[in-house]
Amino acid sequence: MGEWWAGVRGQFYDSFVDGSLWIQYFKGLGVTVEVSIFAALIGLVLGTVIALMNMSRRRDGKRNAASVIAMVYIDVIRGTPSVIQLLIMWFIILKSCTNGVLVSVLAFGINSGAYVAEIIRGGIQAVDNGQMEAGRSLGLSKVQTMIYVVLPQAFKNAFPSLLNEFITLLKETAILGYVGMADLTRVANQVSARTYEPFMPLLGAAAIYFVVIKVLSILFGRLERRMREGDQH
Amino acid sequence: MSESVKALIRVKDLKKDFGENHVLRGINYEIDKGQKIVLVGPSGCGKSTFLRCLNLLEEPTSGEVWLDETMVNDPKTDINKIRQRMGMVFQHFNLFQNLTIMDNITLAPVKLGLMKPEEAKEKALSLLKRVNLSDKADSYPHQLSGGQQQRIAIVRSLEMNPEVMLFDEPTSALDPEMVGEVLQVMKELAEEGMTMVVVTHEMAFAKEVASKVIFIDQGLIQEENTPDEFFAHPKNERLKDFLSKVL
Repeated sequence: MGEWWAGVRGQFYDSFVDGSLWIQYFKGLGVTVEVSIFAALIGLVLGTVIALMNMSRRRDGKRNAASVIAMVYIDVIRGTPSVIQLLIMWFIILKSCTNGVLVSVLAFGINSGAYVAEIIRGGIQAVDNGQMEAGRSLGLSKVQTMIYVVLPQAFKNAFPSLLNEFITLLKETAILGYVGMADLTRVANQVSARTYEPFMPLLGAAAIYFVVIKVLSILFGRLERRMREGDQH
Repeated sequence: MSESVKALIRVKDLKKDFGENHVLRGINYEIDKGQKIVLVGPSGCGKSTFLRCLNLLEEPTSGEVWLDETMVNDPKTDINKIRQRMGMVFQHFNLFQNLTIMDNITLAPVKLGLMKPEEAKEKALSLLKRVNLSDKADSYPHQLSGGQQQRIAIVRSLEMNPEVMLFDEPTSALDPEMVGEVLQVMKELAEEGMTMVVVTHEMAFAKEVASKVIFIDQGLIQEENTPDEFFAHPKNERLKDFLSKVL
């Protein structure tokens, strides 16, 4: 038993303490969080635009060009692995770009945008059509009514799913190592390659992901509850 | 051509299909300035569709709708400009759920550049006072009763200084004890000379306020008359049948 315990301690020392390795994990977490947050922002803006494009129709009710573009975008992104999308962005589309974070943010932002678009579409469809009619009946344009009346309500409807999407995105960035970005998962991998002891680094990375996401979901849960309570008087 | 002899709203051979369903089959009607027209008829007869064609919430399949000198359903017409002149009150109020009562009222005139924010607010306050809801300016729609919400919806339309007010079953979604307060506001509006087109099941309101009552059935105007004649001496068989059920 004592021997086993000494072994664990040794592994722990090798994986986190030796050479201040733990700093590397937190640097890795920094990359993970940085890419996730900026990608989420891009995803939110892009997803909203794509949702509106996807829902736009010609006068006769058929899809217009914008709607077809949005539909194809959503189809392609959802129908291909995000690793492949990241590799294509990195090695083909933005091959000449030297800012790794920027390329990663774009790749994940474009990926997340497709999922956000569907979430926003659901949020918009959950807003009673009477809201749009009332806006139009007052002489506001479709775009004005969208901006001032429908979208604020749609975002509120979509809020829980959007937070969920952010958590998914955060975990998805674990593939950043494929293009050499030193995110949390990559750091854990590198450490285990050096120590030949994968157990501690992977467990450590898992624990860090878990804690970050747990804290986020608790915060999001509170936020959600507060929004709901604001509704009921 | 003298404008005064022309009716404010002119509807010519208005038809509306929803797929195979011919909801309006050719409506001709003229509404003069200041008239209060009440539309009655069995559900599904097309009266709401007719009302919604007036401000193009439904696009007519064929025919013409005119407001003054403008053909409303001409593709070249700026429909938003037309709608600024025609207020509409809905069965389910449709107040903007994300905005306070004050913002509900002032959103359109301010965003459309018709009024300055202070000006819009001032007018809104005086209108709110008229319907006894001054204290609700900072409330949200869901905090109000149905009757209060519908009075606010009327105020929201009036804020735009419309020439015509369209009412689409404004009391049908209300609890019975709240119907009166909404009808009262509508009566006052009528007394002030507002041109009104009202779809309703409130026959007493029709008798008291209407200049003309119209019975629509199967997508056509079956009978039109002054309220006295309309209710006392109905000629159309379907109308007789309808009145026997609702009165």
